[in-house]
Amino acid sequence: MQVVQQLRIAALATAVIALTSGGALAQKKYDTGASDTEIKIGNIMPYSGPASAYGVIGKTEEAYFKKINAEGGINGRKINFVTYDDAYSPPKAVEQVRKLVESDEVLFVFNPLGTPSNSAIQKYLNGKKIPQLFVATGATKWNDPKNFPWTMGWQPSYQSEGRIYAKYLLKEKPGAKIGVLFQNDDFGKDYLKGLKDGLGDKAASMIVMEESYETSEPSIDGHIVKLKASGADVFFSVTTPKFAAQAIKKLAEIDWHPLHLVVNVSASVGSVIKPAGFENSQGILSAAYAKDAADAQWDNDPGMKKFFEFLAQYYPDANKLDSSTVYGYGAAQTLVKVLQMCGDDLTRANVMKQAASLKDFAPDTLLPGVKINTSATDFAPIEQLQMMRFKGEKWELFGEAISGAIE
Amino acid sequence: MSAVEEIASQAPAVEAVPKRAMTLSSGTAFVIVLLLLVVPLFVKNFIIFQMTMLLIYGLAVLALNILTGGSGQFSLGNSAFYAIGAYTSAILMEQYNVNYALTLPVAGVICFGAGFLFGQPALRLSGVYLALATFALATAMPQILKLGFFEQWTGGVQGLVVTKPDAPFGLPMSQDMWLYYFTLAITIAIYIFSVNLLRSRSGRAFMAIRDNEIAASAMGIDVATYKTLAFGVSAGITGVAGGLGAIAVQFVAPDSYTITLAISLFLGMVVGGVGWLPGSFVGSAFIIFVPNIAEGISKGLSGAVFGVLLFLVIFLVPHGSRQVAMVAQQLLGKLRKN
Repeated sequence: MQVVQQLRIAALATAVIALTSGGALAQKKYDTGASDTEIKIGNIMPYSGPASAYGVIGKTEEAYFKKINAEGGINGRKINFVTYDDAYSPPKAVEQVRKLVESDEVLFVFNPLGTPSNSAIQKYLNGKKIPQLFVATGATKWNDPKNFPWTMGWQPSYQSEGRIYAKYLLKEKPGAKIGVLFQNDDFGKDYLKGLKDGLGDKAASMIVMEESYETSEPSIDGHIVKLKASGADVFFSVTTPKFAAQAIKKLAEIDWHPLHLVVNVSASVGSVIKPAGFENSQGILSAAYAKDAADAQWDNDPGMKKFFEFLAQYYPDANKLDSSTVYGYGAAQTLVKVLQMCGDDLTRANVMKQAASLKDFAPDTLLPGVKINTSATDFAPIEQLQMMRFKGEKWELFGEAISGAIE
Repeated sequence: MSAVEEIASQAPAVEAVPKRAMTLSSGTAFVIVLLLLVVPLFVKNFIIFQMTMLLIYGLAVLALNILTGGSGQFSLGNSAFYAIGAYTSAILMEQYNVNYALTLPVAGVICFGAGFLFGQPALRLSGVYLALATFALATAMPQILKLGFFEQWTGGVQGLVVTKPDAPFGLPMSQDMWLYYFTLAITIAIYIFSVNLLRSRSGRAFMAIRDNEIAASAMGIDVATYKTLAFGVSAGITGVAGGLGAIAVQFVAPDSYTITLAISLFLGMVVGGVGWLPGSFVGSAFIIFVPNIAEGISKGLSGAVFGVLLFLVIFLVPHGSRQVAMVAQQLLGKLRKN
């Protein structure tokens, strides 16, 4: 009898010890959307509408998380990536993000695309203290940890890039007469501001003409002719891919050969240079932070090899020339890094804290020398770009990676 | 053949809807209002938000319905009035700290004026030509909003962020629920106003113009006044809807009010049933929920799926939800007889 009782007490004691120690060891902390088995991530993308070409980014990210899950997930947790179409419409973006937060109950919103859509959801997400992590837009306003501690950018801002071109011009061509063609929206104006800030006092004398166009215009030929007539010897093309290609062609057509700068957004060989013609694109300058999948010089690069393997296995119908796949891969990889750093503390506060503690992180698809650094006061992960010149059938990088950080 | 003769000999573009068939019976209306009052108490905030958007787009479709179903004029430009209303509310709230509820009548009045003025030149046009003229208005609006000249008020391309109002008097309800009931009250008021407008002398004048312009003017109806009045009323209601939309979405930007919105509203009207006022809200549900359903079926082909669904609706029930409602009514009548 006594033996049985002793056994019982012993069993009970061990059970108690096991339970308490188990609890002490794990210290798992979760917010809505995270559990022992799953991390639920929300996303909105323009799968339809005027910007639907960017939908590839969402699809690449979905494929990348599939790969992570197939390899065992993050610390044993599978990623559940819920992505909705916002058709690039701000009201729809609000509706879909609210659905993600209130109905799907995601842990955070990752890489939502488009400046208007992100502006529309920023206040809502910050009000609810839900991370709006690594937004897919180059506007400068995402780096504002004081007022919006739950919003963080990812790619270099348009203003930083504009500053880099200004630095280059001041050094290489201080007497330049710059003609700017820019898209009449925040994208175009941000670049212009970056360029002007970078040029400083000399902006007024160096910029001889600013021409704006609307995305609804079928052709920008008229603007190009005007810019040529202004006597500019540097043509700064702040354009989206379709218009960038038109500009390159038109320049050749009217036999105008200024120093031609194209913004990174439109530096894709596949969607801009090739359609505009290689012969027309020789000597064009731009800047980059990511490797170009269409460029043969990266074929043997270990990072890009991993990228190509991923595409072949998880997203075989992707277009290799589309820079959106490189983008989606890099952004998704950055997120996975942050989630690994979070460990078992998957609270929203910790996700932001870890995202703001990235040190010299280099995703496979970024240029050598370009590193991701964040801190509690720096919510702009990528701030470096490298200048490049188009030669033959590819971009040739030159110089060092330049920082366009806004001091 | 002169343009006038052409119009006179044409079959009317919008078929005649008798005014009694434009509304719901009081019993049905009571049940629907009761549902609209009670349902939000049991659902999540997100659903409440969607219901709010349904009412807001419903108002905008209703406004278009008064114009097209009532007075027989087409408009693909109502997104422009929606934008003006939204910006009026947003600018008054954010730049001049006006109470949100007070911004709505202002938005309504400004849009009424804008619609009335636009109605003047539009008088010379009819049918598809009028549709095209208004289409131009819708295309121009986002760019006008981006103009540097207005930027100090509109925020330019960056748009304006709007603060969502709290429930007043310390009522224990969420911002979403309060905004929903606020919107519901305004919607019911405007709906009753619209029904009475169409039943009034002016409403009869609208419908006479819709059915035959020349006969209407022979009967002594001042065609020009009533046509522009219809434009003004429609724009005014759209403006109120726009103002509410700005408060609910908490953000206005030029990209929110593109031609896509104008076409969605037009679509909502056709699906709901041209000239049938309650159908406006069915049409509004269609433009909000069907794209989500289409996306659920196929992400890559959501546009195509939406197209197929729309085609099915137009093919099977060309008169929209009005037709469905009428069939249902007949069935009910038969059941009662048996």
